Amino acid sequence: MLAWFARRIVQSLIVVVAMTIIVFLAVNVIGDPAAILISPDANQIERERIIAQLGLDQPLWRQYFSFLAGALQGNFGNSFVYGMPALQVILERMPATIELAIGTMIVSLLFGVPLGLYTGLHPESLPAKIAMSGSIIGFSVPVFWLGLILILIFSVQFGWFPAGGRGETGQLFGIEWSFMTGNGLRHLALPVMTLAIFKISLVMRMVRAGVRDVLPQEYVKFARAKGLKRPRILYVHVLKNIMIPVVTIIGLEFGSLIAFSVVTESIFAWPGMGKLIIDSINMLDRPMIVAYLIIIVFLFVAINLIVDILYTLLDPRVRLSSF
Amino acid sequence: MTHGPIAARSSEAPLLDVRGLTVAFRGEGGEGIAINDVSFSLRRGRILGLVGESGSGKSVTGLSIMGLIENPGRIAAGQILFDGTDLARLSDEEMREWRGKRIAMIFQDPMMTLNPVLRISTQLIETVLAHDKVSQEEARARARDALGQVGIPRPDERLDSYPHEFSGGMRQRVSIAIALLHRPDLIIADEPTTALDVTIQAQILSEVQRLTERHGTALIWVTHDLSIVCGLADEIAVMYGGRIVEHGPVGEVIRNPRHRYTNGLLHSVPSRNGRGQRLFQIPGTAPSIFAMPQGCAFRPRCEAADDACRALPSRRADGDRWHSCAHPVQEGCVR
Amino acid sequence: MTSLDPSDSDIAPPRSRSPARRIWRAFVGSRLAVTGLGVLLGLILLAVFGPLVVPQDPYDLMQLDVLDGQLSPGSPSAAGYTYWLGTDDQGRDMLSGIVYGLRTSLMVGVVSALAAAILGTSIGIFAAYRGGRIEALVMRVIDLQLSFPTILIALMILAVLGRGVMNVVLALVIVEWATYARVARSVAMVERRKEYIEAEECLVIPRWRILFQHLLPNCLPPLIVIATVQTGRAITLEATLSFLGIGVPITEPSLGLLIANGYQYLLSGKYWISLYPGLMLLVIILAINLVGDHLRDVINVRRLQ
Repeated sequence: MLAWFARRIVQSLIVVVAMTIIVFLAVNVIGDPAAILISPDANQIERERIIAQLGLDQPLWRQYFSFLAGALQGNFGNSFVYGMPALQVILERMPATIELAIGTMIVSLLFGVPLGLYTGLHPESLPAKIAMSGSIIGFSVPVFWLGLILILIFSVQFGWFPAGGRGETGQLFGIEWSFMTGNGLRHLALPVMTLAIFKISLVMRMVRAGVRDVLPQEYVKFARAKGLKRPRILYVHVLKNIMIPVVTIIGLEFGSLIAFSVVTESIFAWPGMGKLIIDSINMLDRPMIVAYLIIIVFLFVAINLIVDILYTLLDPRVRLSSF
Repeated sequence: MTHGPIAARSSEAPLLDVRGLTVAFRGEGGEGIAINDVSFSLRRGRILGLVGESGSGKSVTGLSIMGLIENPGRIAAGQILFDGTDLARLSDEEMREWRGKRIAMIFQDPMMTLNPVLRISTQLIETVLAHDKVSQEEARARARDALGQVGIPRPDERLDSYPHEFSGGMRQRVSIAIALLHRPDLIIADEPTTALDVTIQAQILSEVQRLTERHGTALIWVTHDLSIVCGLADEIAVMYGGRIVEHGPVGEVIRNPRHRYTNGLLHSVPSRNGRGQRLFQIPGTAPSIFAMPQGCAFRPRCEAADDACRALPSRRADGDRWHSCAHPVQEGCVR
Repeated sequence: MTSLDPSDSDIAPPRSRSPARRIWRAFVGSRLAVTGLGVLLGLILLAVFGPLVVPQDPYDLMQLDVLDGQLSPGSPSAAGYTYWLGTDDQGRDMLSGIVYGLRTSLMVGVVSALAAAILGTSIGIFAAYRGGRIEALVMRVIDLQLSFPTILIALMILAVLGRGVMNVVLALVIVEWATYARVARSVAMVERRKEYIEAEECLVIPRWRILFQHLLPNCLPPLIVIATVQTGRAITLEATLSFLGIGVPITEPSLGLLIANGYQYLLSGKYWISLYPGLMLLVIILAINLVGDHLRDVINVRRLQ
């Protein structure tokens, strides 16, 4: 188990290093940092001075290692726009994005799992067929447009929920959270709904497929033969088997939620990492872009690692064979 | 076999009395009859061998007694009288109370019958708690005793293992332990040894025999393997095409099969053939429930078939055995 | 296996041996999927011939009248025709804008999907055929790439390249090739083990001929399924990127950019500028997904992914 764990961590580190190389090359070779960093009306002497100062006259591998050394200390340079360390700006925005992702995940599970169980148990019933058709729409509707439509309906038309911002926040563990106040929760409603429609469809379909897979299994028949009550069979025997793949996917989808916050945060003026990166791209804030990409890579590798570990903890068969 | 003791005991009311049981399955091309007009009875402590090829309806018979026939299947006709109660008429919840408590079932593949993600202890304890209101500790103690009873060494340590940590034979012992938890009056065993090695098979067989004998449990042993039935059962019922075609005390039926199908089945058992002799095979394959031949279902595969077999053969009784063959094999005739 | 299928009546002639016809027959069994296909074909025709039909070329500034800006659906135009879907802030007829946007969206989606399919399939088959280290390396790269959401990768590429139609297409190709490569490799792996390939290897037929004459046709059915679904995803992704302002340029607006233009007017209740292009987008994606979903059932690809 320990050996497996160590191997898994080494693999993750290799991925992180590989990605830093790709990000570094992409930004420094394909894009021209000098063109971005130096104002067009600087004269030749000034140009060369800045290039030397930034180390851009050094060979590429040397530039990379100084970049890596900086990154390891959390130093990605100062944001041009905010005039603060890029990492600090991102970390300040991170809770807002995480909050959105966790909120969406909770809502998706709350609706997706019961819907999936129902449609799996009664696949021929009318509500199940409606839910399945609905899930195709849920998969098809573009997230950003859905956000606009929800604003149109619930903000402009009915005025139930605010169309943008985080609203009032409350403190927990020294961090500001929207879910701590009623006003903040109302601000969470629309962005979460926007992200959740797709995820509900996904979770529902997965749970449904799982139920259809597990129900004909002999152990379900045996559980009935033992005289177990229906809820016990459903919520222990069936659900526990389904939850293994569901938890895996949920974990991986958590990453995609953080990625998709780019869209929802732009629409709902949610001050998180996603909106930050779009603004940074539009304003060519190079240190911010690099820092964001590295942090995202790190986040994703971490999520994959956690999902793998969770998987081995959940499935007794995997746990033993990995010794 | 002497007729005396059987005749004397036949005055007792049977534990299980199946009458005219018919189960239909909805398929894409209409409804198929999986078992048709099946009748038999079983007294306490007796062992019935239910024999047939796959698709003959023997497993469906077992499942319908357990009330485990699910959509698209349904019990179309007949009664299942268990200790005087018609199981076919019970509600789902009433039937649940009987299942696992008074009638238990053991399934074919021990690799598939235990839930892979739940501990053995969980699967045993939940069975205790499903029928008896006892404390968790009490249920656990009973689970441990049950494991010990079926010959699992160090049950205390093994209780919290997962199914995959057991061998196939051990898993089947766990299933048997679960089936025996409530000391049921009847156990239906659906080919529980087919998936096991021959040596393990023998162990499990003798184990089941020992346990049912001790508790006076009646047993229906569903199998395609005649040699198992010979050594285990008191009575035998041979199924073909959804019907019982021959029924009687096991010794008599094996020694003197009457139905042509039983005869063919007996001759395809390797031990009955001499060395070097070609193994006998019944030509053709078992019919699908959606394309059942008219009259005697065995007709297309039977060498003795003629026009008389186009009508459904009537039941021909002979002492405490009966068969439904229009051209029964004569006594002493070996094929 | 299919003998219980009631659609196969006994009097039908023996099944046609062509897999394409068999797939087609199974495909037309679903009314929903056929509807999706019909809608899709209609939209493609509209994208191709639409400019001949619509009242306005929305990118010819001479035809625009700022006084007609932000008119609600059904308003008459100064030139005499009706703005059935209203106008945007520039006085552009939304209906005409949507048809032109549809052209850009479909073009970007189809071109990128095709290019990615060719690139990915080649890499996948090549990897399966070479085996060994090259295959392991390719698979690692694919796994790594697929563990990141597509939108992030596209975002990263466009952050470096800047906006532009070709840049978007390039980003989409880089994002999508891995899916095709993975599927192509799994099919090729299955086919490779079959006897006829071994037999042909014994006959010393050049490798490239085995690859293209035999492996490729067998990879095709599952790849068609993937391509259908991926084209839908590409169109959505392009629209999303354009909405975020890092996709296509303002001079060649796609549906996503049209929706973005309407965003600022949404709060003042001028819904039509964002609503209708989005509905068009939804219809395209829905049609593609209906076709793809059913194709996936007909051609079993799940085991390959």
